[in-house]
Amino acid sequence: MLNPDLVGHTFTGVESTTITPESIAAFAAALGESNIDVAPPTYAITISLEQSQSVLQSSGLNWDRVVHGDQKFVINEPIRAGMKITCNSTIESARVVAGNEIVTVRSDLVDAASTVVAISWSTLVFRA
Amino acid sequence: MSNVAPWNVGDALPAKRYVINRAALVAYANASGDQNPIHQNEEFAKSVGLENVIAHGMFTMGLVGQYVSELAGSSANVQEFSARFTKPVVVPADVDVELIVSANVAEVSDGAIRLDLSAECNEAKVLGMAKAVIRP
Repeated sequence: MLNPDLVGHTFTGVESTTITPESIAAFAAALGESNIDVAPPTYAITISLEQSQSVLQSSGLNWDRVVHGDQKFVINEPIRAGMKITCNSTIESARVVAGNEIVTVRSDLVDAASTVVAISWSTLVFRA
Repeated sequence: MSNVAPWNVGDALPAKRYVINRAALVAYANASGDQNPIHQNEEFAKSVGLENVIAHGMFTMGLVGQYVSELAGSSANVQEFSARFTKPVVVPADVDVELIVSANVAEVSDGAIRLDLSAECNEAKVLGMAKAVIRP
């Protein structure tokens, strides 16, 4: 079970990811999107989910038992190739329902100028 | 770029059909980095109690996002997008599963258009509470 003290804690990303045109093009192509000037609206998940995984695994949760419950994106500025993005993840809530642990992680994607370009909320269900 | 259509609250926007098959799941896994075997390996999926391989929830949501981007004129006009993953999309081998996506206009203001979205496979909703906010 997740240590309740971690709720409200923010894990600051240590490494930035430079968005490549190839990465946007591959993600867009997989979704049938032809516009690759900007990333598709769900592209932030490629950064935020990996970080959530490492944060929650290091906090003792079993990623093999995870199911995605719900997802929200707020996009302040579309993600483009060349951006250097750092991801800061906050465990917003954690509760246990019928033995399943339900954790919501908020990930702030921040560019090199410290602007929050997108926020991703993932609610993850760790099955009992 | 903005939408060409003058939309009103309550308008039902044209539906679009997407195909989900095993090859599409592999492409999405490679593009997104989500290589969980439940989305590619039938034996593994069944070993963890699933009926068969299931689509990444984020793949289904991504296709709905493509629909929203198209309505908005560009992904650059999508401000918010959210959904609940209510039912897995089961993808048997050698089958093209059809995903039908549609939208209703929920609110129109100067700064934003709110859409209520629907995504169905085999006449069953696979996403709940799917909503987007786009720039008019």
